[in-house]
Amino acid sequence: MALLYGEVILQRFRHPLRHGELPSPDAAFEDVNPLCGDRIRLELRLADGEVEAARFRGDACAIATASADLLAEMIEGRPLREVLAIGRETLLEALRAEIRPSRLGCVTLPLDVLRKAVQGVRGAA
Amino acid sequence: MIPLERVRADFPILGRTVQGKPLIYLDSAATAQKPRQVLDALRAFYERSNANVHRSIHTLGEEATELLEAARDRVQRFIGAAEREEIVFTRGTTDAINLVAQTWGRRALGPGDEILLTEMEHHSNLVPWQLLAQETGATLRHIPVTDEGYLDLEVLDRLLTPRTRLVAVTHVSNVLGTINPVARLIARARRVGARVLVDGAQAVPHLPVDVRALGADFYVFSGHKMLGPTGIGVLYGRREVLEPLTPAWGGGEMIREVWLDRATWNDLPWRLEPGTPPIAGAVGLAAAIDYLEGVGLDAIRAHEVALTRLALERLGQVEELTCYGPRDAEAKGGVVAFNLAGVHPHDLAAALDLDGIAVRAGHHCAQPLMRRLGVVGTARASFYLYNTAAEVEALVVALLRAQDLLGLRPSGLSGPAGPRASRT
Repeated sequence: MALLYGEVILQRFRHPLRHGELPSPDAAFEDVNPLCGDRIRLELRLADGEVEAARFRGDACAIATASADLLAEMIEGRPLREVLAIGRETLLEALRAEIRPSRLGCVTLPLDVLRKAVQGVRGAA
Repeated sequence: MIPLERVRADFPILGRTVQGKPLIYLDSAATAQKPRQVLDALRAFYERSNANVHRSIHTLGEEATELLEAARDRVQRFIGAAEREEIVFTRGTTDAINLVAQTWGRRALGPGDEILLTEMEHHSNLVPWQLLAQETGATLRHIPVTDEGYLDLEVLDRLLTPRTRLVAVTHVSNVLGTINPVARLIARARRVGARVLVDGAQAVPHLPVDVRALGADFYVFSGHKMLGPTGIGVLYGRREVLEPLTPAWGGGEMIREVWLDRATWNDLPWRLEPGTPPIAGAVGLAAAIDYLEGVGLDAIRAHEVALTRLALERLGQVEELTCYGPRDAEAKGGVVAFNLAGVHPHDLAAALDLDGIAVRAGHHCAQPLMRRLGVVGTARASFYLYNTAAEVEALVVALLRAQDLLGLRPSGLSGPAGPRASRT
C-alpha cells in the first residue's frame, strides 16, 4: 500500500493518532461522502476560542482516515478562525501522496465535517 | 460455447493496458465495453446519414428516420413486444422509470395507494417513487431481502394488498446478482390489480428476456450496459397501459397540433418522446442487439454462469473474504460482490487497479441494501461475454496480493445513518 498511497497515509491509516471520541465534546459533526457512503465523525473540545482536543471516528477508506487523523492533529491548539482557514491544499501537502481526482473527495470529507462542526458552534454562539 | 478469441478481438478497448498491465475489465454491470460493430454503426450513421428525423423531407432525413424506426423494430423483436408502438426510446433506465412515474404514476396514484418496492433496488428504482409518493400521498412498502440474498416472498401476501397499485422490482440485482422470480411476482400482482414495472438494466444484456411471456406492464433497460452507446434506453409498456397516458414533458415531435395556448398529442410512441431523440444511440443499440444475437443470449448466459461459478469457488478460498448474495451461480447474474475483512472497498479497488483490474467499489447506488447487509460498501466484479476464466484467476491472485499490501483500520461507527450535527 506504500506503493499505492505513500507512507504517510499507510502509517496514519494503520496507526492513527487522533482516532477515538471525547467524553463530552463542545462540538461534533458527522457526515457522509455521497459518492461512496464513507462516514466520518469529528468531535472537538474547545477552550477560549481554540481547539483543545479533536478526535475522529468513521467507516472510511485509508485516504479519508489518514486525512481525518492529520486534520485532527493539525487543529489542536489553534484558534477557530485559523482552523477554518485550512484548505484542501494544506491537507494534500501533509498527506505527501499523489491523490487521483476520483479520490479527492476522500481528502476533503473530514475538512467539510470540521467546517460544519465549527459553524455549528459559531451559529449557536 | 462462445468463440472467446474472436469475440475479444471485436472489442478494441480490451487491447489497451492499464498501469502497464493488460486491462482486465470486470465492471460490465456498470457499463459494458463496445464491439467494433457498434462503433462502426455509429460512425457510419454520422458519416453517411446524419440528419434530424421525422419532418426532414430530404434524403438524409428520410434515411435517419428509417434507421431510428428500424431500431425500434429491432428492440421490439429482441424483447418480444407485441407492437412497435410499445417501445419508447428514453435516455436510459433511470429516465424510463421517471417517465413512468411522471406519466402513469401521477395519473394512477392517490392518497392511501401503495407502491411495493424491494430492499435490493438501485436508487433509480427507489427515488422516483419516493418523489411520486410525496406528490400523490401514496405510501411506499418494501419486500425484504433474506440473509441468502433472495426476496423474502413469504411476506408477500401481507405486502401485496388491493391497495397496491404498483410493484416495481429489479429483474436482476446489480449487487447480489439475484435473479428475481418476476413472472411469479407479476402473476401475484395481477391478482390484486397492481401494475408491475420491471427494472431490466441488469437482465436484458445477459439473459433472454421475453416481456410478453413475463407479462410485465412496464419493462425498462439501458443501451450502454448491453454493448450499446450511452444516452439511449428503452421503456417498454403494454399498449393498453401506455395508450391513455398524457405527456409529462412537452416539446417537438410529441404533438399533433399546437396553438399558442394549447396542444394536442401525437400517437404512441412519439407522444412520450419529446425533442430530438437519441438517433445515433438507437442506431448503436440496434447494432448491439445484432451483435448479442449473433453470439446468442443462451451462450452468453452459459458463459457468465461458468465464470460466476468459478469466481464464487475461487473467492470462497480466500481467507477473510465475504461474498454477498446467492452462492448458486445458476440463481444469479454474472455479478459477485465481496469484501475483504478490514479493507475498505475503495482501497481494494485502488490496489486492484495497480494490476490493471477494473472492479466497482462502493455502495453501487443501493444504500438501503448496503444497510441491510451491514456494510458501507462492497467491491464488485461483474462479467460479460468477453471475460475469461484466466481473468477470474488473475482477480484472485491480485486479491491475495492486495491482502498483503493492506492492513488494519480503526473501528467503525455505530448508530443511525444520515448526517447529524450536535453540540453538547
